[in-house]
Amino acid sequence: MTLNNTKPSAVTVRGLVKHYGETRALDGVDLEVREGTVMGVLGPNGAGKTTLVRILSTLLAPDAGQATVAGYDVVRQPRQLRRVIGLTGQYASVDEKLPGWENLYLIGRLLDLPRKEARARADELLERFSLTEAARRPARTYSGGMRRRLDLAASMIGRPAVLYLDEPTTGLDPRTRNEVWDEVKSMVGDGVTVLLTTQYMEEAEQLASELTVVDRGKVIANGAVEELKAKVGGRTLRVQPADPLQLRPLAGVLDELGITGLATTTVDTGTGSLLVPVLSDEQLTAVVGAVTAHGITISSITTELPSLDEVFLSLTGHRASAPRDARPADSREEVAAV
Amino acid sequence: MSAATFSTGIKADARIPLRAHVRHTGALVRRNLLWIRQDPESMFDAILFPVIFTLLFVYVFGGSIGQSLGGGREQYVQYIVPGLMAMMGMNLAQSVGTGFNQDFNSGVMDRFRSLPIGRGSVLFAKISVELLRMLIATTILMVVGVLVGFDIENWPGLFAAVGLSAVFGSALMWVFLTLGVVMRNAQSVQAMGFLVLMPLQFGSSIFAPPGTMPGWLRRFTEYNPLSTLADAARGLMTHGPVAHGLWMTLAWSAGITAVMAPVAIHKFRTKT
Repeated sequence: MTLNNTKPSAVTVRGLVKHYGETRALDGVDLEVREGTVMGVLGPNGAGKTTLVRILSTLLAPDAGQATVAGYDVVRQPRQLRRVIGLTGQYASVDEKLPGWENLYLIGRLLDLPRKEARARADELLERFSLTEAARRPARTYSGGMRRRLDLAASMIGRPAVLYLDEPTTGLDPRTRNEVWDEVKSMVGDGVTVLLTTQYMEEAEQLASELTVVDRGKVIANGAVEELKAKVGGRTLRVQPADPLQLRPLAGVLDELGITGLATTTVDTGTGSLLVPVLSDEQLTAVVGAVTAHGITISSITTELPSLDEVFLSLTGHRASAPRDARPADSREEVAAV
Repeated sequence: MSAATFSTGIKADARIPLRAHVRHTGALVRRNLLWIRQDPESMFDAILFPVIFTLLFVYVFGGSIGQSLGGGREQYVQYIVPGLMAMMGMNLAQSVGTGFNQDFNSGVMDRFRSLPIGRGSVLFAKISVELLRMLIATTILMVVGVLVGFDIENWPGLFAAVGLSAVFGSALMWVFLTLGVVMRNAQSVQAMGFLVLMPLQFGSSIFAPPGTMPGWLRRFTEYNPLSTLADAARGLMTHGPVAHGLWMTLAWSAGITAVMAPVAIHKFRTKT
């Protein structure tokens, strides 16, 4: 394993298998989430992400394989396991008919908090997730973003050691999505271990430190986000000449260089820079050398890693995400695929 | 994080103490009561059903069926009110089924199932609240009944009849729970329930004595648990014959529970 092995494992999954009839939703999945880190499980619809989360939260029994969370076995110690997890999912949801406060109080009581503490915890979390003003309104009157924030608050009541976020921003508009991301980041700051499933590259990049890429029930790649990106593709060099008028001559210089990949050098007039794909450190050095040799002054030069969309494409040979909002309203497709 | 995080050997799972079960059920009862506070319309059926049925049956059919009973409308009031009470338990069963279905579809059940509580708590809470609703409906039925002339001849018998109706309703609940877990939405649960209950209700001795029915239907009504329940309720409240109806109803309740409870629990457990 290339992962950071110094921290103990919070979630360990070995050879997990789950069938729905002929469909293998999970086909021998291995996974390791270290304490205090955010593991992103990235994959398209139907990859098995939700099935994985449902097994790890004891909602579903695996057909084969093993999984432990905070040392508890998902099959043999479900009750103890439930005490240390928090779940915010596409499916696991708050009670729409109850006011926000009542939802949190109810969960507090079900987690065996004494009345007084359950009340205090509900107040505290509503405050933290900026829902105090809506505390007494039924959750069905909440906006999409408020609903997700209440979901997050609900999953935090028991101060879980491991938090599952199953596609936490699916169906949200970009502004609300950023809101939810900020909340998640602040939760991570508190030291909770997070297992995040997503089909959005941007989301994994924003929140996760390590990634497991799944496709059709199988893990096709895993590692640190940066590592994975470096492994898959080259980098892009962004070169910005001090004088914007030098942009064209600079492009000419790099064309003359004639190294692999330079055919796709693009001019980004918006920022006045050139985007140069490079495949190796030698090519990178050659580009810098050529620029210097021609006496062109540059104001900045940066390397950028490829996007996760490109990562997925090169790993699986097909595009990752279905169009963003193409998910059906009742998206039980992983289960319904029987 | 707790020391348990680093434990290696797999120990047996924790048990939930009885007191915790009671506490969880209490918290969930509060949830179901808050539903009623959030939309009081949900109480309409409990309140209006006994009023409308009593008035309709007493004033539309009361005169003519009463005549065949050898009296008039007053005679029919004594007949129909215990019969309607026998129907109360069915509303209980149906509400529990549809309520469970909604919880599954909205994802609330997933949240509950991912918490360290006994799965029975959710069920017991729902039953408790539906029993309360049934008691309210029964009280209203009795008030309306007395207003249109019903004579409660035997008060202890009245309570026994309410209890028997609740027992049968609880048995029938397993059928609706199964429907609630299996069916896609609450509307289908209700529609299925309607299809099952309608022939049972009208093909019984609830509304009219089966004496004039054709032979095959009479035999059906004889064994129909709703008939035996209605007959028992009638006997209990008006000092009539009780034993046959009572035992038959209890036997039916036990039989339905024995067959359907394991099915419902299995479906519930294996529901993904």
